[in-house]
Amino acid sequence: MQQIINFIIRYKNFLLYIFLLILSLAFTIQSHSYHQSAFFNSSNWIAGNIYGISHGITTYFDLDEENEKLLQDNKKLRDQLFNLESSATINIDTANIKYTIVTGQVIKNSYADQRNYITINRGKKDSVKQDMGVITDLGVLGIVENTSQKFATVQSVLNKNSNINAKIKNTNHFGSLIWDTRNYDIVQLIDIPRLVPLTIGDTIVTGAMSSIFPENIPIGTIKKFDLDISKSFYTIDVDLFNDMTNIKNVYIINNLEREEILELERTITNE
Amino acid sequence: MNSGYLINIIRFILLVLVQVLVFNRLNFFGFINPMVYILFLYWYPIKQNRSVFIGLGFLLGLSIDFFSDTMALHSAATITIAYLRPTMMRFVFGINYEFQSFKLSNTTKAQQFTFLALLILVHHLVYFSLEIFSFANLLLIVKKVLSIGLASLILCLLFGSLFSVDKE
Repeated sequence: MQQIINFIIRYKNFLLYIFLLILSLAFTIQSHSYHQSAFFNSSNWIAGNIYGISHGITTYFDLDEENEKLLQDNKKLRDQLFNLESSATINIDTANIKYTIVTGQVIKNSYADQRNYITINRGKKDSVKQDMGVITDLGVLGIVENTSQKFATVQSVLNKNSNINAKIKNTNHFGSLIWDTRNYDIVQLIDIPRLVPLTIGDTIVTGAMSSIFPENIPIGTIKKFDLDISKSFYTIDVDLFNDMTNIKNVYIINNLEREEILELERTITNE
Repeated sequence: MNSGYLINIIRFILLVLVQVLVFNRLNFFGFINPMVYILFLYWYPIKQNRSVFIGLGFLLGLSIDFFSDTMALHSAATITIAYLRPTMMRFVFGINYEFQSFKLSNTTKAQQFTFLALLILVHHLVYFSLEIFSFANLLLIVKKVLSIGLASLILCLLFGSLFSVDKE
């Protein structure tokens, strides 16, 4: 007994080090495979508020540019609206609405890591929940992962764990959108069958297979495509529409039917 | 002694803020974000309880992790250099450093440089190995360790000469 105690006292630093190392590795490896740990994320109160203050100061520097972007976005929507023939007959009835939108702003962005997360200034208070889609006026940005009262972290498309259903525009050939961590403006679309005719410059949009994003939200254009090792599927390099280094205003999409879809899928797997 | 605590607390907070608000957003060449918070471990008094030092290192890493959504990667890297610091000091400064009168400011510039470089090298090696977590990307790890390590080293040296610790 005496010897054990002596041993512990003698090697207490080493034991402390090993203990803390295992602790941090456990946290890290656990989130390699699944969602980011609910504890280690910047949507917590302190980090969120400090980023919020810093955002409050820096937000003034690019107001002009952001206003210009929002004007362009408005223009696009107006163009669509004025050319819509039956605009007067559309009933905006809550029973017909499938998606609701929450607007937000990015308060922390990263794109140099392997697993990039974006922090936004909307949280549970604004009814933002896990697994909502986040887009900008140009295209897809990511999926909400953790929320606190006032903030949320978004798993960016530039994340090793990111996996979004996507397809080639105007076709029904869909695959998964992943990131190989190499370049922050290029993501990969995999699992597109070899038979599909592809052209460089084709547009990639979100697919209908996911209950997170609505169909046909733009993602990017085809930059380059190759067959993968099995020679039966394409690996496509997609040039993102979004400039991931410069993002300010975002839209968070809430699919009102998601609960129902998940519920239905759960009953199928149970049987 | 009291002012020593105070200085370390202020240093801790300031380095965390500078790291997360300035250097994590630098993205020089698209991926270089120097890690200057290592300076805390470089400046921390030598004659202190080692367990407390490792604990503080963990806390420092954790605070950075909180802000940068990196799980516990910074913590793992920081406790490693906190644990290995005495070994590195013995390697760099020889048996000298165990004397009561030893001060970092009394050593030669070359020794200080080597010590800092060693801290940064080990820290970055642990950090990027864990972040990338695959030996298939060994080249990427080496590239990141060398380029970001160099940037960290230059900035740490600049900060070191700006806020010299001679008075302590």
